Amino acid sequence: MRPILEATNLTLHFGSIAAVDGVTVTVSEGELVGIIGPNGAGKTTFLNLVTGYLRPEAGRIHFLGRDITGLHPDRITALGVGRSFQVPQLFLSLPVLDNVMIALACAGRRSLDVLHPLAEPSRRDAAHRILAQFGLDRDAHRPASELPEGGRKLLDIALAYALRPRLLLMDEPTSGVSALEKFAVMDTLVQVLQEGGVTAMFVEHDMDVVRRYARRVLAMNGGRIVADGPPEQVLGAAAPQVVGG
Amino acid sequence: MTAGRWAGPLAFLVLALLGRTLPGWLVFVLTLALAKGLVVMGVMLLMRVGLVSFGHGLFFAGAAYAAGFAMKLWGMREAALLVAIGVLAAVVLGGVSGLLAARYREIFFAMLTLAFSMVLYGVLIKAYAVTGGSDGLRVPVPTILGLQVRPEQGRLAVYYVTLLSVAVAVAVVLRYWNAPLGYLMQAIRDNEVRVAYLGGPVSRAVYFTYVLSSALGGLGGVLVALSVGHIDPNLAYWTTSGEFVFVALLGGTGGVHAPLAGAVVYELLKSYAFKYTPYAWQLLMGTAMLAVILLLPGGLWAPLQRAVRRQHP
Amino acid sequence: MATVTIIALDGLIFASWLFLVSAGLTLVYGVLRVLNIAHGSLYALGAYTAATLVIAYSHRGLWPPGTLAVLPLAAVVVGAAVGPLVERGILQRIYAREQILQLLATFALFLILEDAVKLIWGPSPYYAYRPYALLGQVRLGGVVYPVYSFLLVLVALSAGALLWLFVTRSRFGRLVQAVIHDPEISTTLGINLSRVYVLTFSLGAALAALGGAFTAPMISVVPGIAVEVIVVAFAVVVIGGLGSLPGAAVGALLIGLVRAAAIHLVPVLELFTIYVVMAVVLLARPHGLFPPPEVRRI
Repeated sequence: MRPILEATNLTLHFGSIAAVDGVTVTVSEGELVGIIGPNGAGKTTFLNLVTGYLRPEAGRIHFLGRDITGLHPDRITALGVGRSFQVPQLFLSLPVLDNVMIALACAGRRSLDVLHPLAEPSRRDAAHRILAQFGLDRDAHRPASELPEGGRKLLDIALAYALRPRLLLMDEPTSGVSALEKFAVMDTLVQVLQEGGVTAMFVEHDMDVVRRYARRVLAMNGGRIVADGPPEQVLGAAAPQVVGG
Repeated sequence: MTAGRWAGPLAFLVLALLGRTLPGWLVFVLTLALAKGLVVMGVMLLMRVGLVSFGHGLFFAGAAYAAGFAMKLWGMREAALLVAIGVLAAVVLGGVSGLLAARYREIFFAMLTLAFSMVLYGVLIKAYAVTGGSDGLRVPVPTILGLQVRPEQGRLAVYYVTLLSVAVAVAVVLRYWNAPLGYLMQAIRDNEVRVAYLGGPVSRAVYFTYVLSSALGGLGGVLVALSVGHIDPNLAYWTTSGEFVFVALLGGTGGVHAPLAGAVVYELLKSYAFKYTPYAWQLLMGTAMLAVILLLPGGLWAPLQRAVRRQHP
Repeated sequence: MATVTIIALDGLIFASWLFLVSAGLTLVYGVLRVLNIAHGSLYALGAYTAATLVIAYSHRGLWPPGTLAVLPLAAVVVGAAVGPLVERGILQRIYAREQILQLLATFALFLILEDAVKLIWGPSPYYAYRPYALLGQVRLGGVVYPVYSFLLVLVALSAGALLWLFVTRSRFGRLVQAVIHDPEISTTLGINLSRVYVLTFSLGAALAALGGAFTAPMISVVPGIAVEVIVVAFAVVVIGGLGSLPGAAVGALLIGLVRAAAIHLVPVLELFTIYVVMAVVLLARPHGLFPPPEVRRI
């Protein structure tokens, strides 16, 4: 299994605080990695660095062997890295279906098109298919603002997924989702990801979710990775130091 | 928006037929209103992205003066050519100013566009040898497709040229509206960062919309020049641009026809206000504007749209 | 006198006027986050009020230098009368709306005040040159300067200093700074946001009117002076950074000097200097020289 993401000695300070401090990690294709740690451990910052939203002071990031350190988010997206957000970033005033169609238009590099309608049949069908995979198809024509929290999370991920990323980074995919819906959301998600052969990393605070779905867990604290291994190992032994933080 | 699919062509037909029956002054007001409505349409397209252009006077005046120069210096008279020259001039101005302006948002965008239009204003005033300074230039009656037009028919002729231009413009903008680029504008407005994360070329998209908007501004400018028969530097002044912004707000961003409807209402109201209270028409307009802002957040179009939507869910 | 010195002096004088005219605009933006297009109208109101007071005062044949004291009085009158009216009547209702709608609301106010001024004072010009003439002229290195110009510099420097002290030292000033930094947190700290807003806006209005009042003796006060001032004030404020008083001072100085240089060296460019400076600054610093703090979205 070849490496899909290699981070080497990533470092970034906010003022005098080391948000990310010499983080080195390699992720192979097809992995499903959970990232855990207390608030301020550097999890979101790590995601922001990999996706180009922030620039590291030191260290390098390689995606499929290519150095992507310091590239703009849209370049990194184009190379195959997708991302979903802690707070779902949607186009709230537009219908759910339109949200996905816009993502598809961007994916196909056709977003500047003025000659053909957005809702052309092939694109519309593709959008419906994606919504169906995520269980959102019956909400297709509702404005995104009307979706419940779980639905918004799924749509947020669906938008990133529509770009057919090789690597998908998710920031707290189940936060804000009711306890009842959490597992349903993750079941849907994991199935879609496996069908598409997408490597995934997700930041999570809910240990039940991590224990159940992650194949590998990275524990972060104080900007560093303090544990790296299968969930039983990381959550079993290291849990007190890491989760309590 | 699809509910009124036939409303547009129907209105166009009605206006065309009415041309011969309406009194001259009303035809003039309608011509002016529709021409300005095109400029407002340009402003509205940018408003959809959350950008307010306080400098559309740049394209409005730029195109008008380009046509004016063509008439004065090259003796050109053909309406079709003049319109083409005007729009071309506007697109050049838009293409160049957009390189800088399209990078900015909100207040800075507004101020930058305002500055650009004021630079043109300054040039138009200063270069009086060529531009006639604050006196402006006279714009004689054009020929229509080579045909000479009798002076008394001039008004009607320009009216029909305007109607045709509006029809073409609306068709083009509708295409844009329903295409990915049109939707991308709304997406950028809702969540610009997300568009970037989807790999959407935000700067280029905004730039293209800006250039399209400038073309519309220029089209309106030439038509106004032809209908009024005279152009002066005030076309570039920021208060002129401000008027376009107000009408865009009045019409709302809900549909392609909204700016045209808003412009017609505005011009009619303005001519009445000016006729009966020449010393207080700005006061009336300002009060009306405040009322719209405080009471109707979606412009005039929104309550109408909501009403229509209720009937056709 | 060397050309450089002339340019420096002229630049300083014009910069003083620019600062007086723009300080209120940037202050109001910094606190209320509203870019007030009607700022120019407040300037005009200040000019008209000052002209009226100067003329009325002169008619009484009172002690002539008193006409100078009348000028700041006009500013206070306008600030106290119009400030609360506008803030409570209009602005208060639109704080929750998008910034662009707020901008348009102030544009509507500008239209209203344009006609209001014409209706109250009529379209004919007002001349209130008494304070200007009173101070006479002075000869510096072979060039004749009206003493009034230097009064303008003095007023601008004093106003700037007083404002700076007020914002950084006084209790109210600290409240203002807190609100500039974070309105939401300020309310949780028990700051009466509403009172800060109305007082700040009135102060901004008074400053605009002060600019107008001190300009009145130098010009013929006519309808339409508001329109020219708005563009100029915007340029200064955008260059300096929205909401920054030091920024407005630096921006004013920059424009003042560049314009003075243009007038003496390349006169035809005079009208454009202000926009050229703005374009250049924005290219290097997209948010102005002293930009407001930015908020991270994700």
